[in-house]
Amino acid sequence: MKRKRTIEPLFWSLFGGGGAISALFLPALLVLTGIVIPLGILSPSYEGLSSLLSPWYSRLLILGIVSLSMFHWAHRFRFTLHEGLQLHPYDKTIAVFCYGLAALVSLSAVFILFIQ
Amino acid sequence: MERKVMPNIKMYKRHIHILWWTNRWIHIKFIARELTSICVAAYSLILLFFVKAVLTGPESYEAMMSFLVSPLAIIIHVLLLGGLLFHSITWFNLAPKAMVIKMGDKNIPGILIALANYVGWFVISILLFVLILNV
Repeated sequence: MKRKRTIEPLFWSLFGGGGAISALFLPALLVLTGIVIPLGILSPSYEGLSSLLSPWYSRLLILGIVSLSMFHWAHRFRFTLHEGLQLHPYDKTIAVFCYGLAALVSLSAVFILFIQ
Repeated sequence: MERKVMPNIKMYKRHIHILWWTNRWIHIKFIARELTSICVAAYSLILLFFVKAVLTGPESYEAMMSFLVSPLAIIIHVLLLGGLLFHSITWFNLAPKAMVIKMGDKNIPGILIALANYVGWFVISILLFVLILNV
């Protein structure tokens, strides 16, 4: 039997990569940008943050974290809607919406981080 | 060549209640784990806005900060942190099942793979804190 070639393995890899990178980086980043810095426990200067985030490798890392995290979300959310809410007839629509949104955010991130 | 076989057969359709996952604890845990992906997406968007504000200039960073210091923003972040921690822990605990690493002809014990993930998590988190401490 000839198996149909699909794009699914690509989405699965993005899901896996995104799951790993988000599990490793996001909790600490959230504690820093969302709790520790706003509460003034640590108060980095604007200049310091700017010089930390300006080099291309910092921006590339942020792009990787944001984009892969979004594709991780897309894959999980797709199957949560699909299986959890039993929305089998809408599989295609759900997939296009989820991966489409992840791609859109990734493109915006490229624009924000590298072009703007 | 594709040919439709038995076109007039009525397909058996299983009807499952949309809240099927609420009757067992393990299913609720499973759905909760899947829903952590919403926290992952939400925070990665906030992170993107944060970095955008820093790259744009001091005024936009100030504006971002005035949002981040509001009690509502703090509460949202604490809730998101709960989701992110649940994501990290469930992800690392599953890692040994997803990757089987062989050394010689023996598999490396799962607990070691999970442990390596936790160590990586710890090291990266400390590094990020040190980076911010130094600016």
